[in-house]
Amino acid sequence: MTLAVIFTYLGLVLLVGGLSHRLFRGTGEDYFVASRTIGPFLLLMSLFGTNMTAFAILGASGEAYHEGIGVFGLMASSSALIIPTVFFFVGMRVWALGKRHGFLTQVQYFRQRWASDALGLVLFIVLVVLLIPYLLIGVMGGGLTLNLITKGDVPKWAGSLLVCVVVMTYVCYGGLRGTAWVNTFQTLVFMVLGGVAFVVILSELGGLSVVMASLAQNSPDLLIRGEHIKPAKLLTYTCIPLSVGMFPHMFMHWLTAKGARTFRVPLMVYPLCIAAVWIPSVTLGVVGHLDFPGLKGPAANSILVRLIDLHAPDVLAGLLAAGVFAAVMSSLDSQVLSIGTMFTQDIVRHYGAGGKQMSERRQVLYGRLFVTAILVLTFVLSQVSDRSIFKLAIWSFSGFAALFPIVFAALFWKRSTKYGALSSIASVAVLWIYFFTKGWQTPGYTVGGTGIMPVAVILAASAAAMIVGSLLTKPPEPAVVRRFFSPHDAGGR
Amino acid sequence: MNRTMPRWLLYLLILAMYILHNDLWLWDNPTLFFGLPVGFSYHIVFCLAAALLLTLLVNYAWPDHLEREADDDGNGGEQL
Repeated sequence: MTLAVIFTYLGLVLLVGGLSHRLFRGTGEDYFVASRTIGPFLLLMSLFGTNMTAFAILGASGEAYHEGIGVFGLMASSSALIIPTVFFFVGMRVWALGKRHGFLTQVQYFRQRWASDALGLVLFIVLVVLLIPYLLIGVMGGGLTLNLITKGDVPKWAGSLLVCVVVMTYVCYGGLRGTAWVNTFQTLVFMVLGGVAFVVILSELGGLSVVMASLAQNSPDLLIRGEHIKPAKLLTYTCIPLSVGMFPHMFMHWLTAKGARTFRVPLMVYPLCIAAVWIPSVTLGVVGHLDFPGLKGPAANSILVRLIDLHAPDVLAGLLAAGVFAAVMSSLDSQVLSIGTMFTQDIVRHYGAGGKQMSERRQVLYGRLFVTAILVLTFVLSQVSDRSIFKLAIWSFSGFAALFPIVFAALFWKRSTKYGALSSIASVAVLWIYFFTKGWQTPGYTVGGTGIMPVAVILAASAAAMIVGSLLTKPPEPAVVRRFFSPHDAGGR
Repeated sequence: MNRTMPRWLLYLLILAMYILHNDLWLWDNPTLFFGLPVGFSYHIVFCLAAALLLTLLVNYAWPDHLEREADDDGNGGEQL
C-alpha cells in the first residue's frame, strides 16, 4: 500500500512536469529562467519548497527530540524574519539587475559587477563545492526514507535511483518552468501532509493538552530552553538564514519573477509558510519522547516516521513518504538545474570557442546534458559516501551564509572592489576549513563551547575582509559603477 | 505609492524584531500559552509578527524604482 501511494505520487509529479512543457518556448532563457514569467504564487511555492529540504523537516524533528521546543526559535522563527528580509533587500534587486542585463546566473552578475573573470571562476568553484553535499543529502535522504518506511523492503540504492530518475525526467523536460510547477505541487503536498500527520498523531495521543501534561511530567526540560540551548547560540544562529542570499538555486528562482510586484505575496506569506511546516515538525519531535524515549544521536531523525508507523500506518505512512519525497525533490531539482545552468552559461558559453554565439537550441541541449551528468554523478557518489556526509551539509549552510557580504557589497556598496570580494572568499575558505576540522565530529559544536556558532565568526571576518580589501585597493571604474547603480538606489555609497 | 510611514521607522522595526527574537525572559518558563509552552508560543507569534512587518514593508517601503530600472536597456555605462 505504501509503495502504491508513493508511485502514484511520483506519477503525478511527472504529469505536472510534463504539462509544464506545453508552455516551453525552446529558448535558453525559457529553459533556465522560464522567460522571467513566473507569477506570485508559483514564486512563493518555488522559493519556499526549494529552501525547505527533507533534511530540515526530518532533522528539525530529530533536533527537537533532543533539544526540545527551543528548536523552533533557533531554526524557524529566525528564518521567518531574516529570509523574507533578504528577499526584500537582495532578491528583488538581483531580479531587477538580472532582467536589465540578461543575467542567468549569479556568477555572471558578480563577474560583470566587479569586471573580473578570475573572481567569477573562483566563485563558481566555491559555490559548486558547497552545493555538492546538498545534492548528496537529497539523493541519500530519499533512499534512506523509502528504506525506513518500507521496513527494508526497498533497498537504499533503489530509493536514491528513483529520486534521481524522476528529477532528471522533469527537469530535463520542463526546465525551470517544470521545476517551478512541480515545486508548487510538492510544496503543497508536504505542507498539507505535515498538518495531517500532526492532527492525526495528536488525536491518537489524546489531544494537545493531554500530551503537554504528560511531557510536563516525564520530560519537563524539553518544554523550556534551559541548558539545551545557550542564549549566544540563539543569537548567532540567526546568521545561518543569510545563506539564502548566496544559494545559486535561490538566485535562479529570483530571476524567474515576472515583475518586482511578483515578490509582494512571497514576502508577506513566507513567514506563515515557515510556521505552518515547523510547528508540526517541532511539536511531533518533542512528543515523540512519549512513545519512543531514549533514542540516541541520528536515530532521532526517524522520529516522525516512527510516530506515523505507530499511530497511522498504511495509507498515511505512504503519504508521509510522499511528503518527504516531495521535500527532497523540490530542493534537489532546483539545485541540479542551477548547477547545470552555471556549467552551461559560466563555463561552456563563457570560455568555450564560439560560446557567446551559441544557439538557443544548443544551450538547452547543454543544460539537459549537464543536469543528467550531475544527477548520474550524484547517484554514484551517494553509493560510495557514508552517512557522515549529513554532518558536512550543515557546515555548507555556514559557508553560504558567510559569503553573504559579497552579494550585499555588490548591491549596496559602490566602492567595493574585486579584491575585497576575493579577500572575503579567501577568509571564508580559510576559517571554514579551520572550524570544520575542529568541530565536524562534535554534534552541536560552538566556538570554544560558548554557544557562539562558527558562522558568526566567519561572517564577521568575511565582512571585514570585504571592507579592508576594498578600501586598500583602487576604486572601481565609474562606468562599471554606473552600470549597476541608479540614482534612486539610496543604498549605494 | 501613498506613504504614511517613513522607511527608517520600518527598518528600525526590523532591528527591533531581531532583538526581540532573543526572548531570554522566557528561557526557563514552562507555563502553557494557547496549549503550548510559552517559549514556543512566543516564537509562533513572532512568525505572525514577521509576516505583519513584511506586509508593512511591502506597503510602505516598496522600492518603486526597481521595476523601471529592470526595464532599462542595461546600457547605463560602458559595456564590459
